[in-house]
Formats: sequence, structure tokens, C-alpha cells
Amino acid sequence: MSNFISSSIGKKLIMSISGLFLIVFLLVHLTANLFLLGGSDAFNISAHFMGTNPLIQIMQPLLALGFALHIIYSLIVQFHNWKSRPVNYAKVNQKDASTWASRNMIWLGLFVLAFLIIHLINFFWVLKFGEPETTVVNGVEMEDAYSLVAGLFINGGTLAYVYSAIYIIGFIALGMHLHHAFWSAFQTIGWSNIKWRKRLTLIGDVYAIIIAVGFSIIPIYFLFIK
Amino acid sequence: MTKLDSKIPEGKLKDKWSNFKAHQNLVNPANKRKIDVIVVGTGLAGGAAAASLAEMGFKVKSFCYQDSPRRAHSIAAQGGINAAKNYPNDGDTVYRLFYDTIKGGDYRAREANVYRLAEVSNAIIDQAVAQGVPFARDYAGYLDNRSFGGALVSRTFYARGQTGQQLLLGAYSALSRQIGLGNVEMHPRTELMDIVKIDGKARGIVTRNLVTGEIESHFGHAVVLATGGYGNVFFLSTNAMGSNGSAAWKAYKKGAFFANPSFVQIHPTAIPQHGDFQSKLTLMSESLRNDGRIWVPKKKEDAEAIRLGKKTAADIPDEDRDFYLERRYPAFGNLVPRDVAARAAKERTDAGYGIENNATKEGVFLDFKYAIQRLGKDVIEARYGNLFQMYEKITDDNPYEVPMKIFPAIHYTMGGIWVDYELQTTVPGLFVIGEANFSDHGANRLGASALMQGLADGYFVLPYTIQNYLAYEFDTPRMNPADVKEFKETEDEVKERINKLMNIKGKQSVDSFHKRLGKVMWNKVGMARNKEGLEEAVKEIREIREEFWKDVYIPGNTDTINPELEKANRVADFLELGELMAYDALNRNESCGGHFRTEYVTEDGEAKRRDDEYMYVAAWEYKGDDKEPELNKEPLKYEEIEVKTRNYKTA
Amino acid sequence: MAHKTINIKLRVWRQKDAKSKGGFETYELENISVDSSFLEMIDVLNEKLVSEGKEPVAYDHDCREGICGMCSLFINGRAHGPDSLVTTCQLHMRKFSDGETITVEPWRVGSFPVIKDLMVDRTAYEKIMQAGGFVSVSTGGVPDANAIPIPKANADEAMDAAACIGCGACVATCKNSSAMLFVAAKVSQLALLPQGRIEASRRAKNMVAKMDELGFGNCSNTGACEMECPKGISIAHIARLNREFLSANIKG
Repeated sequence: MSNFISSSIGKKLIMSISGLFLIVFLLVHLTANLFLLGGSDAFNISAHFMGTNPLIQIMQPLLALGFALHIIYSLIVQFHNWKSRPVNYAKVNQKDASTWASRNMIWLGLFVLAFLIIHLINFFWVLKFGEPETTVVNGVEMEDAYSLVAGLFINGGTLAYVYSAIYIIGFIALGMHLHHAFWSAFQTIGWSNIKWRKRLTLIGDVYAIIIAVGFSIIPIYFLFIK
Repeated sequence: MTKLDSKIPEGKLKDKWSNFKAHQNLVNPANKRKIDVIVVGTGLAGGAAAASLAEMGFKVKSFCYQDSPRRAHSIAAQGGINAAKNYPNDGDTVYRLFYDTIKGGDYRAREANVYRLAEVSNAIIDQAVAQGVPFARDYAGYLDNRSFGGALVSRTFYARGQTGQQLLLGAYSALSRQIGLGNVEMHPRTELMDIVKIDGKARGIVTRNLVTGEIESHFGHAVVLATGGYGNVFFLSTNAMGSNGSAAWKAYKKGAFFANPSFVQIHPTAIPQHGDFQSKLTLMSESLRNDGRIWVPKKKEDAEAIRLGKKTAADIPDEDRDFYLERRYPAFGNLVPRDVAARAAKERTDAGYGIENNATKEGVFLDFKYAIQRLGKDVIEARYGNLFQMYEKITDDNPYEVPMKIFPAIHYTMGGIWVDYELQTTVPGLFVIGEANFSDHGANRLGASALMQGLADGYFVLPYTIQNYLAYEFDTPRMNPADVKEFKETEDEVKERINKLMNIKGKQSVDSFHKRLGKVMWNKVGMARNKEGLEEAVKEIREIREEFWKDVYIPGNTDTINPELEKANRVADFLELGELMAYDALNRNESCGGHFRTEYVTEDGEAKRRDDEYMYVAAWEYKGDDKEPELNKEPLKYEEIEVKTRNYKTA
Repeated sequence: MAHKTINIKLRVWRQKDAKSKGGFETYELENISVDSSFLEMIDVLNEKLVSEGKEPVAYDHDCREGICGMCSLFINGRAHGPDSLVTTCQLHMRKFSDGETITVEPWRVGSFPVIKDLMVDRTAYEKIMQAGGFVSVSTGGVPDANAIPIPKANADEAMDAAACIGCGACVATCKNSSAMLFVAAKVSQLALLPQGRIEASRRAKNMVAKMDELGFGNCSNTGACEMECPKGISIAHIARLNREFLSANIKG
């Protein structure tokens, strides 16, 4: 088994499984976020549910593990890949041979990671370890997550624009990452062939657009509509 | 005549091979480990032999000049491989395959060898399938066959247009397995420079490492040459750039006889030459003649208009097209044997009907319009897609829309080192297999038979027959070449020749000499030969050779990769071999198969064989650089076949 | 009809041997026929260099009909140059324009070291094949070829994979120098056929282990390999390799 994990395909399998796990997480996250459009109470209830539900609590460290594995293995794999071509070509022209996203997964991934850190500081850190404002909905006291989000995007003037831009660019990068990642994960597991590749790329693209657009709606909503 | 003992076993034709196997000597398993066999070349014959011998337990040393055994030129064979399986139930038998091969070879092949070839043909297909060769199959899952020139049955197995590749990769996989197991010591990028004889027996070879330039010696209890043909003596041929006749030539100079050197096959369907800087000719598989129709315009003015670009093939209506093969050979039509098809193309272009706009106005159409109308584009694409794609890449013409332009090109050499029934040369311990021997094809080889012969020799003949010799060799201890003076002497000779070449420091490149030689060969020792031309050729080749040794320029050093030096070594040998070819052609005052002497034709322009005087194998013996080679004759006796004039006009 | 010709400038990687440090040299060539192949153009260059008393450019080539897999040039940033489904020897000068500068480099792969100018050492491929690229059958003693029917679709797909010529374009073009397409082609071909099925697990494990050991990179499914593969071998075969490798390891 250790041979398997340390093999090139084994490492890729870890990336693929962890990636698929993160893909599922993104959908859950997006669903929860879209409650923002339903007003403060709706969102706060959903956030409170996420923050207190035991199943979600179990999933949280697993999610962290998923992120960690995905990131660590991407770096291991990437460093090895760089090493396997010690002398680079003077001229490379791959524009017709592969997509830009597929060639730049590491950079898209690192960009998304940077964005993730900002995002965690903005929300997760405050809710988990800081002292967020509280509110009472239907008689239950809970963190006012809604104000936290709204605060970032509505009230701050220039800063709101900067944050919105960071978030939207982050979501676009995430979408591009997913554009390659979704199909690629299935290919690595071996669940692809000539026919299914077309189907999976299509599903992956639809999914990437839903994620990128879905998340981007939130800053746009607060910035321009709210 | 005592010099040539063909060692044909006793008994009726169909029992000879079984009799041989039943009574031959074998080496016991424990002794096989003590025996080293050198196999030079890794094509179908060499790869298959090296793998099979190693599987049996011999220690094998395998050599190739390419960077991998998988690249040997057998890989380029496109169309297919014959076998007498009779899967299509069209009446094929071992005898019929034997008969077709003898007849196709114009009655100049040894009966017993050809019968054995036909006998083992079926086992080759079984072996290849077991290795995972993905032959074409029908919807029921069974193997599919196509038809090929010179046969009235469909007996050709194929893997798209890459049959040679797939069969070679099968042999290569078996070889790779043995290399991995340590039973074969593989020496890629290594070229044979000479053969070492000790006490009259072949005991090893001297090689040049093409990367480091080192001259190295290798010992073997026996030496097997599987080094292919010498078609590149013509400079332009369908052979690979590196294909050469040097190993065979060294064998000749060490006492092996060179048989029928003038028997060269000109393939009718290659892409015509486009310019002087051209390096090789690309073949379009013979299988295309199954569905393509060959024609030239009936009117000379149309041919000229096409050459000048004023008209295209589409402008010529059917009634103005001369389907000359169908016209001349109604029974076989476009599927006549290669030599017949090639000569017919030459006849038309010589008469002024050629359609290609090149210096020699040589070229005829191979048209798929009719097949596409009959079968649809999809069927044609499934059958020949990759060939059509290759044609389009090279010529920029789309053969689905316009007819292909084709012309004959040098393709295969039926001649080669003389071997007996056991594939042994006149030098004990020196065996020659595949295209490198004079083999089973007589004066003309049928399509899809080269793969069959290479693999037959490699898998099923040599691994048996060589034991008849090795059974007496197991107690010869392995030698360390460094301790043996014969190895040292041969090494010194090799080094001396290389130094001599390097030190000429003349003005002309190796290729320029090779091209000059090629031109003489093509014009005077090519598709049509005559006494006068051949005599001129001998003289001209000598002149080029003398000039070569005075004025060739080889840049670089001997201790690194030096492609110019590699070429010079090969061309120096071609310059001698070419002369022997002309010599042999001059000796053979008849027309047979690929050898066409314009003095010997029938009234309607067909080849005229002279069985009373020339029904023999001409085996030439080297007598010294300044001496004439000596002709030895192996008379050909046909016991079970009636010798006839080849006739492809009626069935 | 005069043949169309072009003038070009060549930027060629020159390197004396495996140990030396190489560099680019620039050469100018005039009146190159657009109907000549890329290698014939290099021949013209070499003939010119020899006539000037210089060493010609060393490069691998042999069959010149796109099947032996020997030729291996990286031309203008692409393996086998600016055409699809061709090897370098089948690339023709009509794909270039008059006055163009053409950069010619060897394969750049750690596992394929340069040995001179444009020649690389692809022994690593041999080792992978020796590790398992075969059916363990010896000569003789096999059943009749028609004893086991094979569905046409499987035979055809096996043939698609078997078309690999082992040139190395997939590794050369892969941004990760991964040999997955090469390995997958053989594993997939033999896994699709009943004769190869028997040792499919062992083969997948051994070939992948050897590939890893030899230092090739990791596949990241960019698909560039199949686009530059002169035989158009699909990365669907890589999916099959992954599947074979996984099931081989799950089975133990």
C-alpha cells in the first residue's frame, strides 16, 4: 500500500479524491451562502445551523484535512514535475495543445489558496475565535454572520470595492481551477473514456460556472443592489 | 559444384521439414546456458530469433544501429502478412501458398525452403495473436483477411496499414522480456564492422559503438546476421536511411557467398520523386491496389497537359483513361505481382504518358474514385485511412478527392547471402536470416511475404536449425576477445579502415558519392537492364569508388557520434556491392522477376526467362579486392511443381 | 512549373556531447523547396556545413515515413513541429513561411539526456518496456489464432493504442515530462485483449513502478500529449491505465 501511495498515480489519486471532496464542499458552501440573498434572518439561521450541527462539526476537521492533503500533494507533485525537466525549452508553444488553465493549475491553486487565507481571516477566524456581534432570531441567540458579510461589502467605501474585487477575482480563479479539475479528477480515478470525457468536461464547466458566478453574486448583490 | 551443399533433407517435399526436425541435433538445456549466440539486427527476423533463442536458454547478444530494437525497418511494412490459414474458406492450402510464392518468384527460389515457409506460416499468425498483436477482426471477433498481388485467395492478415509495426512490436516485446530477464544482452546504437573467424568458423564480431566511437569485440559460438536488405545502394529507396548492406558485405568478404545480388524488387506504388534533394521514397502499401485503379491518360496530349498543370485527373473522362494493368492482365488486373506492375508503369511513362511534373516525368495515377462510388468513403477510410493521411501530409493532395500519383521505387532485395536449408552460409557458424539472405523469394517477392519470411526464419526455422550446428559447440569455452589474436587483428583492420577514411580529407561529401552511385544503379542496374548499360555501370561504379577513396570528406572525430563517418563506412561497401550487382545482372542473360534484361523479351513485351541456361542460384565467391568474383551455381530442381511461364493474363 | 521555395533562418541547439554545455547556433538557408520535408531541409544544411568543413548537425532519424519513431525534434515550441499527427520526418516545409526563424531543440526531458546536438538517449523507454510491456508467452505452443474471438471494438481500440511509435513526443511536450501516455498505450493495448488480460495487473504495477523510478513527472491531464502524439493516441488510455493500476493495487 505504501508503494501505491508513493507512486505517481497514487499521489494523483490523493489529489483527485481530496479535490472531489472539496468540490462537494463548495456546493454546500454555496448553498449556505445563497441564503444571504434571503435576508439577515435566513442567512443567520443557516450559518447557525452550520456552526452547530454535529455532522458539520465532524466534517470540519475532515475538510481541513482535505485542503491540507490537496495542497501538500500538489506541491510534492509539482516540485517533482519541475525537477523532471532540468533544462527548459527556449521556445514553447502549447496554445493549441492544452488549455491555459490545465497548464497553470498550480498558479491558479496558489492564487485560490491566498484568497482562501484572506477569506478565512475575514469570516471563519472572526466567527470561530473572535467576538462577533450576536443577534436573536426566533428566540435563539446566535452570531450575526449576516452583518459580518454585509459589513465587508457594503459599508466600507473603497475597502468594500477592494474586497469585492478580491473575492470576484478569487472566484474566477476558482472557476478556472475547477474547469480543469472536475474532469481531471475523474480521469485520474480512471472513470473516463472518450465518450465520458466529453460529458465530464461539460458537467465540469457547468459546475465551474455555477460556483464562480454563484459566489460572485454575493459581493455584487451587496455592492450594487443592497 | 562441391562448394555449395544446400543440405535439403531427404523425403517428399511435404515431409522434408518434419524429417529434418525429427533427426536434427539438439542442445540439451544445461548446455544451452554455456552457448553465446550473436544476433545482429533486431527486425522481424533478428528480433524474433534473439527472443526465441533466449527463451530456449541460450545466452544471446543482440545488436542494432538504432537507439532501440523497436525501430528496425521491418516496422515500416504496411500491408500485411500471408499465411495459409484458409479462414475465408476460399480454397487456400499450404501447397497453394508455396506454389504462388515459387511462381511469383519466377521459378528462381529453392523449392524445399519455400515449402517450409508456407508450412510454418500459420504458426506465425498464432504466435503474433498470442503476443497481443491487434490484427483486424470482423464483427464476430475472428481474424479478417485481405487480398494481395499475385494470389487468387485472400490470405493476408493485417493490422490497419501498420502490420509490420505491429508484428515487429510483438517480436520486440518478446525480446524486451528476455532483456529484462537478463537472457539477452542488448547493444543498441552499435554497428557491426566486421566478422571474426577462428579456425574457419565464425566466432564473433567487431563493432563500433556509435555514441563513443569505441571499437569493441564480442564473442559468440555462432553469429546470426539479420541485417536486412541493401536497397539503399540506389540512394533513393523505400528503405530507412540507415539500412545498409555492410554486414552482408563483410560476410561476403569473409567467405560467405553472395547469391543473386541483382535480384532487386521495385515496388510499383511509391510516391514519385519531387526533387534532387530528396532523401527517400515513401511507399504506399500494395494493399491500395485492392481498391485503387491504376491509369494514365490514353492521349499523350492529356498527359502533357496534366504535367503542365493545365488539366487535372478530373478533366479526363473515363473513356480517355488507360487502365493499362486491367487492359494487359485481365485475370489479375491491378493485382498483378509487383515486378509486372512496376514494369508496366515504366512502359507507359517511357512512352510519354507519365503524369508527374518532375524531371523524369514519371508517375501514374492510382484512383479511388471508383471504389468510393462503390463502397462509400467510410469503408475506404476504414481500410486505408492512415495511408491516405500519410499521402496527404507528404504531397498536400487529398486522395479522397484526387487520384494518388505513384511510381515504382526500389523496395526489397531478394538477393543476399547464400544459405543452405539450415540458413547457414558457406562459413560454418555464420547464419543469415530474413531479407539479408537470398532466401525464399526467387527473382521476385510477393506482397505480404517479407513479414512472413522474416518471422518464419526468426521464430520457427533458425532456432531449430542453428542447434544442428551448436550441438557440436557447447564444449567450446567462451572466449575473452582480448586474449584472442583473431579479434585483435580484426579490430586493427577496422581501426585502420576508419583512420584511412578520416584521413582522406577530400572535398566531396559522402552523400554526393552515394547519390552518384544511386543514379548509375537506377539508370543502368534498375528496372530495365541491358548488356551495354551494365558494362558501363561496372566501369562507372569503379570510377566513383576510386574517387571516393581519394576525395571524400568526413568532418568530426572518430570518438563521438559521427553520422558522416557512419555513412562513409556504409557507402564504401555499397560502392563495392553495386559492382557485384551489375556483374550478376550481366551474367544472367535472361529476364526473370525483378531482373529485366531488355534483350530478353517476348513478342508482347513480357519478360523472357531462359530456364535451360539460368535455372540456378548465382552464388558469388569473393576472391580478393582486385580479382573477379567466382561464380558458383546451385541448380534449382522443381520436383513437385511444374515450371511454367508466368501468366497473369488468364487464370 | 518551378517549385515554390522559401528562405529561412534556423536557430539550432548544438551540443558536443552529453557532458558539454550546449548553445544555439544560427544558420541561414536559401531556396528551400516547400515540398521538401523538414529533415531534407536539415540535410541541405548539413551538406552546406560539410562543404564548409564544419560538423553537421547530429539528429536521430531513420525510416523517414513516420513509423520508426526515431526522429525527435522540438520545432518552434512544439514536438515534431507545427503540424498535427506527424513526426518530424513527415513535417513539410510548406508549413513555414518565407523569412521565418525556426527554433530547433532536442527533447528536453531529464530522463532523456541529450547525447549530441539534437539527439537524446531514450533508454528509459526501453527499461519501461522491459519491466512489463509484453505478454509472457514464449515461441511455440500457442493456440490457433482464431481460438479466442475478440470483439472488433476491443481489437480496434487495442490497435489505436498499439500505434505508439515510442518517439517520446508525449513526454517532450508534457509540461511535467510525464511518460503516462507511452505507458498507458501499452498497458491499455494489452489489457483490452484476452491474451494480455491475464497479467494485466502485474503489468500495470511493474511498468508504472519503473516509470516512476526513472524520474518521469506526474500526469496532470493537460492532454497536450495526445494533441502532439504523431499517432493521435487518446488519453482515454491513460484513464484505463489509472483504472488498471488502481484495481491492481486494490486487489493487492
